[in-house]
Amino acid sequence: MSSPLRREEVAHVAKLARLSLTDAELDLFTEQLGQVLEHANDMNSLNLEGVVATAHPFGLTNVVRSDEVRASLDRDEVLAMAPDAQDGRFAVPRIMGEAP
Amino acid sequence: MKTAVQIASDVQRGASSADEQLSLSLEAVRARNEELHVFLYVDEDGAREAAARVDDVIAKGDNAGPLAGVPIAIKDNVCQRGVPTTCGSKILQGWRPPYSATVIDRLLAAGAVPVGKTNLDEFAMGSSTENSAFGPTRNPLCPSRVPGGSSGGSAAAVAADMTPLAIGSDTGGSIRQPAALCGIVGMKPTYGLVSRYGLIAFSSSLDQIGPFAKTVTDAATLLEVLAGHDPMDSTSLPEPSPSLVAHLNDGVAGKRIGVVTELIEGADDEIVNEVRRALQAFRDAGATVVELSIPELRLGLSAYYLIAPAEASSNLARYDGVRYGLRVDAADVTAMNEATRTAGFGDEVKRRIMLGTYALSAGYYDAYYGQALKVRTQMIDAFARAYREVDFLVGATTPTVAFAIGEKASNPMAMYLSDVFTIPTNLAGEAAITVPFGTGEADLPIGVQLLGPGRSEAQLLSAARVLELADGRP
Amino acid sequence: MTLANGWEIVVGLEVHTELKTASKMFCGCANSFGAEPNTNICPVCLGLPGSLPVLNERAVELAMAIGMALHSTIAPSTFHRKNYFYPDMPKDFQISQYDLPINVGGYLDLPDASRVSIERAHLEEDTGKSTHLGGTGRLQGAERSLVDYNRSGVPLVEIVSGPDIRSSAQARAYAQELRGILIATGASDGRMEEGSMRIDANVSIRKANAPFGTRCEIKNLNSLRSLQRAIDYEALRQVELLEGGGTVRQETRHWDELLGETSTMRVKEDADDYRYFREPDLVDLAPDQSWQDRVRAGLSPMPAERRQKLAARLIDPTSAQLDAVEVVIDLGLDDLVERAVDEGVSATLAISRAANELAASIDEVKNFSSESFTATLLMEQRGELSATQAKTVLAELLTHGGDPHEVAREMGFEQLSSSSLGATVAALIEEHPDEWTRYREGDEKLAQFFIGQVMKLTKGQANGKSVVAELQARR
Ligand SMILES: [Mg+2]
Ligand SMILES: [Zn+2]
Repeated sequence: MSSPLRREEVAHVAKLARLSLTDAELDLFTEQLGQVLEHANDMNSLNLEGVVATAHPFGLTNVVRSDEVRASLDRDEVLAMAPDAQDGRFAVPRIMGEAP
Repeated sequence: MKTAVQIASDVQRGASSADEQLSLSLEAVRARNEELHVFLYVDEDGAREAAARVDDVIAKGDNAGPLAGVPIAIKDNVCQRGVPTTCGSKILQGWRPPYSATVIDRLLAAGAVPVGKTNLDEFAMGSSTENSAFGPTRNPLCPSRVPGGSSGGSAAAVAADMTPLAIGSDTGGSIRQPAALCGIVGMKPTYGLVSRYGLIAFSSSLDQIGPFAKTVTDAATLLEVLAGHDPMDSTSLPEPSPSLVAHLNDGVAGKRIGVVTELIEGADDEIVNEVRRALQAFRDAGATVVELSIPELRLGLSAYYLIAPAEASSNLARYDGVRYGLRVDAADVTAMNEATRTAGFGDEVKRRIMLGTYALSAGYYDAYYGQALKVRTQMIDAFARAYREVDFLVGATTPTVAFAIGEKASNPMAMYLSDVFTIPTNLAGEAAITVPFGTGEADLPIGVQLLGPGRSEAQLLSAARVLELADGRP
Repeated sequence: MTLANGWEIVVGLEVHTELKTASKMFCGCANSFGAEPNTNICPVCLGLPGSLPVLNERAVELAMAIGMALHSTIAPSTFHRKNYFYPDMPKDFQISQYDLPINVGGYLDLPDASRVSIERAHLEEDTGKSTHLGGTGRLQGAERSLVDYNRSGVPLVEIVSGPDIRSSAQARAYAQELRGILIATGASDGRMEEGSMRIDANVSIRKANAPFGTRCEIKNLNSLRSLQRAIDYEALRQVELLEGGGTVRQETRHWDELLGETSTMRVKEDADDYRYFREPDLVDLAPDQSWQDRVRAGLSPMPAERRQKLAARLIDPTSAQLDAVEVVIDLGLDDLVERAVDEGVSATLAISRAANELAASIDEVKNFSSESFTATLLMEQRGELSATQAKTVLAELLTHGGDPHEVAREMGFEQLSSSSLGATVAALIEEHPDEWTRYREGDEKLAQFFIGQVMKLTKGQANGKSVVAELQARR
């Protein structure tokens, strides 16, 4: 059986996930991920018509906290762990394009 | 080495001190850590302070808690304020969290003394601790073999008598599998029983923190401290911490126990034999044993390897070089994100991020992620049907004893298959424990797994205690 | 504005409103505008590894209140993650409601009696804020950017209208009415200039009754004026494009307030795959009837109801008076007006002074008491103050505060109080006996003489009608 996954799809997914792959990695990952997806095809053996998806094992609802202000972190401590900071803010190189 | 319960008792009544116990622990760490690579960081100063606080409390005549002066090892995906927390990844190297996980606060309040952070597969993704960016951990019982994973460091710390207790996290077997391969007790509690606040997420709907210990009693004592409602975790169960130690000697007389075909098929004969021997021990203790088949469990691996990577792909997006951890400079922010993540993550993490991204992406969601969630529903229903017939289930924890370092490292699918017996419990959000029972090849330990419905910890612990006694341990 | 050649504008609006909670949506950090950068941040809203969100109860209640005001169904809902990388988003996903929002359907009736349908009003979290360095200070051409996460995790409700709006004026009226509702529910302070209400406009054009055309989304309009201008500009741009034989490309556009034009921000891309999935760290939200009832019981009257109530205070209102009523409601001044009218001020006077004098200093009104307003208008009504003087007193009270009577006296209006005016008139009568006799005998023209004399003595600050009243009283 041929791999259910194409090389271009892996390249696209890597781009979405902000990872860059060498050609060799692309080949390897295409094969390895393909194996996992092929194994996953066993799920198609079940008739899952009408089965509800479970996102949580237990059906908790309405978990809320009251609207109270709690202490924030110390800014200097937080910025000290930043790779780059300036004027009390986190600094980043040029942003390409507006947020969607 | 003494058990945690013995240590706490000695320290509380002044026969020893927390500081003395810490020194013993640090000595054991120094003796073998270089060889085994168990701890990524030993927090000697912090541990000395914690021990001193315990000793102060006792000097004042107060109760220091159920874990008074007990050294404990912390898996390095649990945040502890000011202590380097890496998740076994270069992307977090050097990061010191500005806050502590709820479980750390609970441990400190119970008198425990966190000794340091233990090695793990990067972001808890793996079954051998070989995926750590900082090098593998070795099995204390046979250093050419893996300790299992992803909580391999925590399991090894206890197995090597460095600390009597450790905590790990279990997303698809990451406590039970290394506990089995290291010959100790490990438990994956019911989802929501232990707060996840401060546990660095791998797969949020599956992750659970749980205990490692040499004895069932120690595991119960530790879990009682860890468990309980936390308002910082929306998925935390509303009940208070359950009473576990009090039920340890409840036994299994009159219980109906199911041995599950799907939880032993494919396991090595020596492991199946030990499971059979465990069943006899249960019968001898007054239980009825029935054979069960739950075919849905066969699909667990497939569902798991879509659900966990999908959640992980989103959970791990935040490692982008902007706020903390590694940054690899580049001309613009997109290129910086990409360079940082490419350099910071190892291959297994990349594989799972890509798999999860793919499973969630437009056009594939229904076929993969959506389908996996339905399989999850079926698994929950199938377990529920089984628990209408029996009180709890028995199976193997692992298909084999500890394998050699490097043996499966280049074959992800083979590695994934080593979690085949532990994954269903995580998908169902239920509880399971592994208890050492007999040995196999090269005298390596074998674990028997007991699985129960949600909130069945007390029952599973008391059943595990039956096996412990049957195996000749006090 | 109407378009030429039978083209029709079709607009749907997405309004994001920040909720006026004390703390953020998923953590206890203060939700406050204008704090020092990165001082309201914690592990949760900074997306630190291991942190988990817990939903703010008040945010849920304000979202429900908005839904109730918009006649939506409060439905069981879930949270999803919308995944995309952006530096102002600390987790690199936004927690938002997706296929199951808390408020489903509904409508909003505008003062002109037109109705705009509401598709949904859902909860989501806000992002941080970037400042751009280098170039012109805008994103385009900047060298680097600085990020402040104070706003990250502030609760938002996104209100999505149906594509029912047919003119920029109607869009403006919708936004204005919605703003009034958001203020009335206590959900928002409606301060568009602080970004607490931001509008995206989906604009397309079509020939009457034709299927909808391709739409463009204009992002982040932060004033009613921008909203109206941007829609007009965009509609004309699309007409020109189509009439020139071109086609409209579906894209996101940016409105430049200075240039008065929209420009391409981003075209729909391959990369727009948000991989929505259920937020596993949050549980379902399903407000039961009693929770809903509690929220409903706490709702204040909405603008439409208040408008009707206030207009009913006027007898045979003119259209100018009804316009004034609208201004009073939009600015939330009806409480002041209602109280003044209850104390005996004429509705006409109270509405007029509120719609003009108070409206002109709207920022000061929050420090202004209804007692001061009522007292000033009563003085005016009794003739103790002329219209001009009453306006002057109001302006002084708004800017510096104080007691209306004292302010009037300090401003030299005090002699106009009825007793001092009476004394002035009495003195003049004594001074001019002949004129007084002729006036008493019926020569009304002499009233003007006395008014002139009073004006001279009071440097023009007397009220003519009051002078006549004093004369009449002595006739
Ligand atoms: Mg939105
Ligand atoms: Zn916060």
